[in-house]
This record gives sequence, structure tokens and C-alpha cells, in this order.
Amino acid sequence: MNRVVITGMGAITPLGEDVNEFWENVKSGKCGIDRISRFDITGFDVTMAAEVKSFDPERYIHKRELKRLDRYSQFAIYASHQAYDDSGLADCEFDRERFGVIVSSGIGGIETFYEQTKKQIEKGFDRISPYFIPMMIPNMAAGNVAIALEAKGPCLSVVTACASATNAIGEAFHKIRSGIMDVAVAGGSEASVCETGVAGFMSMKALSTSDDPLRASIPFDKDRDGFVMGEGAGVLILESLDHALKRNARIYGEIVGYGATCDAYHITSPAPEGEGGGRAMKLAVSDANLALEDVSYINAHGTSTYYNDLNESAAIKNLFGDHIKSLAVSSTKSMIGHLLGASGGVEAIVCVKALEEGFIPPTAGYKNPDPECTLDYVPNVGRKQDISVALSNSLGFGGHNATIAFKKWQEQE
Amino acid sequence: MIKEKVTDILVEELGVEVEEVVDSANIQEDLGADSLAIVEIVMAFEDEFDIKIPEEDAASMITVKDIVEYLENKLG
Repeated sequence: MNRVVITGMGAITPLGEDVNEFWENVKSGKCGIDRISRFDITGFDVTMAAEVKSFDPERYIHKRELKRLDRYSQFAIYASHQAYDDSGLADCEFDRERFGVIVSSGIGGIETFYEQTKKQIEKGFDRISPYFIPMMIPNMAAGNVAIALEAKGPCLSVVTACASATNAIGEAFHKIRSGIMDVAVAGGSEASVCETGVAGFMSMKALSTSDDPLRASIPFDKDRDGFVMGEGAGVLILESLDHALKRNARIYGEIVGYGATCDAYHITSPAPEGEGGGRAMKLAVSDANLALEDVSYINAHGTSTYYNDLNESAAIKNLFGDHIKSLAVSSTKSMIGHLLGASGGVEAIVCVKALEEGFIPPTAGYKNPDPECTLDYVPNVGRKQDISVALSNSLGFGGHNATIAFKKWQEQE
Repeated sequence: MIKEKVTDILVEELGVEVEEVVDSANIQEDLGADSLAIVEIVMAFEDEFDIKIPEEDAASMITVKDIVEYLENKLG
């Protein structure tokens, strides 16, 4: 079986247009949440989101193509290009038929869906753009990334709501480990901070109604009242170790395990005590041939909803037992909100950087401890700590649970 | 007048420069329109000039000149 390493990273986030800017802001506990500016929020109970503020898609996408790409596809192409450039693959000869793309989105082009449906109602069905379908469908980020990077191997989108990007990375990891492909672009993208997207989650009572940007996304805090929608994309270049060594690539970290489960319980509520999420973590650790005690940091799903944080905390406690005393658990959603199907992509980057630099990022905005959530959430201030194994959890509506185990890069296994 | 509007639409829909939209320009080969883009520009002409363009007529629009002539005849 191949070892699988990370040789490139790309991100477009509410806290930065590239990996370094994003990571520096996350390290210092900055908050990328603000009043929604992308549409008129008059009458909305929800006023906060973590939007991508400055974004120059023309850096990677021709003007001609831009209007035929939903914002979510633009984010995906942008982050994938960054990751590809970062990897140095552009300067190498390699087998394009063993170069895959697994880039996901939880929702796809919901803004396009809204605009075209509105057009249909106002002007008639025959005024719907021929680009409506290719802009909206949630596999088109992957399709467009493959075109942009000439990736001719497996091209998939794993649509599992908020677990999408973590499932995408996990599936790509397994495909490289088992020798189906050598190189993959893997991650997720999301752009659903629009009227329909916000209204839909608002109706579910899933979103925070706080109008204080610093107290809206407050994972594990007693006063949490829902998540804050975020947008952006996070993408990794995964590569078999042999392939990476042969071309002398820079190696950022290693993926060693992946676990995927389903609650099979309820469409939106997590199973009691996060039973399914707990099994995903356990599977990821055993897939990596590690012991639970090897894990030092968990980048939690930590959405800031009452039930997620309660159940995820319980799952971690039940699985790790006494080891929770030496286990740091933080939610970077406190700073960038919930990027839904892209969250696992940017959170994977957080894990890789945390291992590489020996720095655990904080849960920002944390004030009031919840007696039911009692782990070490790294409140407000990140810490320098040498760590060797980190987990990234993503849990999605539909009961999808996914965990990836990352290991600090060292050539000796 | 018609020529200017056609040029505006082609520039907007195809992301080309005004200078590229010359009479002899082939909308597929020179201006890069694919089959979906052609549907979209025909729709834009219909909206702009408030007409219906049958599919077989649309198929005869190869160059910028073809488009302008067709619209001039149609709007007579």
C-alpha cells in the first residue's frame, strides 16, 4: 500500500485569499464574520455570515469563462490552481490519466438556481440560460477543476452535506493508497451565502441570530445558538509518497487514516452522544494503525449549534476516555463560520499547518463554559505544542460522519 | 444601430473585445462561441429586439455579418 502525502494546498476563505494569510489569521484568533453584504437582509433574523471579501477570480479564470461559472465553481478553480501551483506539478511530466480530482460541494450553485428560477417565473421557462444546469450541478466544480488542470483520472464529487470535503479527501486518500491513482486534487467548495441559502438554513433554526460578529459562532460555549454560514474553498494536492519523492516535491504532511460512517438515525439531528461520529474517529485511527493515545489534536466539526457541540463532545469523551486530559479540541469555525461542504477542505489545511508548525489554533470568542461540554477547547488563544497526529471531523446532514487522521511529516514511518 | 447592439451582446456574452467583433468574424471559430453560448446569444437577441428566432434561422448565423443582416431583414 502506498503512503499518501500532501504536496500542495490552496484556499480562498473569509480570513484570507491564500493558505498563508488564512493560517496566520487563524493562529491569531481573528474573526472573519461580519454583517451579510451579498444581499439585502431586511427582514432576516439572521444578519451574520463569513463572506469572502476580496476575491479576484481573474487571476486564474478567463473573463470569458467567469459568467458561466457559479461562484462556488470559481472558488474551487481558484483554490485548486493555487494548490497545483504550490505543488510544483506544473513543471513536471507525469501521467495525467492517474491524476484525479475529488472536489465536492454540499449544495452546488444555489445562487444560480435562485436567479434562473426567478427568471423562469418572471419571463417564462424558455428564458432559462443554457448554462443553468452546468452552473448549478454540484459536480461541476470537480469537472471544471479537471479541465483547468488537465486531470484525466477519476473525477468525482462526494456530496455529503457538511462532510463533503472530508469525504472527498478521504476517498482520494484511499484511492491513492490502493494504487488507483498517483495524484489527486481533493477538497471542497461552497458559496451559498445568498437569500435562498440563508433562508433555508434559517427556517431549520440552524443559524445563530446573534448580531454580534464576535459572539455569533461560539462553538462549545454555553450561549451558542446556531452556526454562522461561511463560504470559500479549501483544496489539497495528495500524492503517493513514491511519486512525490521521485520528483523531489515539498511534503507538508501525511494522511494516514480515514473513517466514514452514517448515523442512520435522523436526517438532521445527530445520533445521541454522537455515536456515528465517534465510530468515524475510531475507524480513522485504526485505519492509520495508530492508538487513540497518539492523537494530540482534533479539529472538531464544532458548528456552534446546541446539538452538534454537545454530541461531538460526548463522542470524543466516550471514545478517548482518560486520554481527553491530554487532547486539545478546537473549532476554527469560531473564526470562519461554517463553510458547509468546503469546511473539511479548509480544516484539513488547518490540521496540516498545525502539525507542520507545532501550533494548535484556538476556539475564538469562547466565554461561558457549558457544563455539558467539558473538553480542552483551546479557548481564545492558540498554543505552541509539538504534535504528531491530528484528526479532522466533519459531520453532515443525512447522518454522514467523516474523520481524517493526519500525521506530521517524517520520512521514517 | 442593430450592429452596435449585436456587438454589445457578443462582447458581453462571449467576453471578447469590441475590436474582435468585425463583420467577417465567425462566431464559433473566431469569437469562441460553443453550442451553449450560441443558445445564450440567440436568447439575448430575442430579448433585445423582442422577436422570436426559430432554431433553423439561428443555425444560419455563422458570422457577425450574417447576424446583422438577419436581424435587419427581420426587423425590416
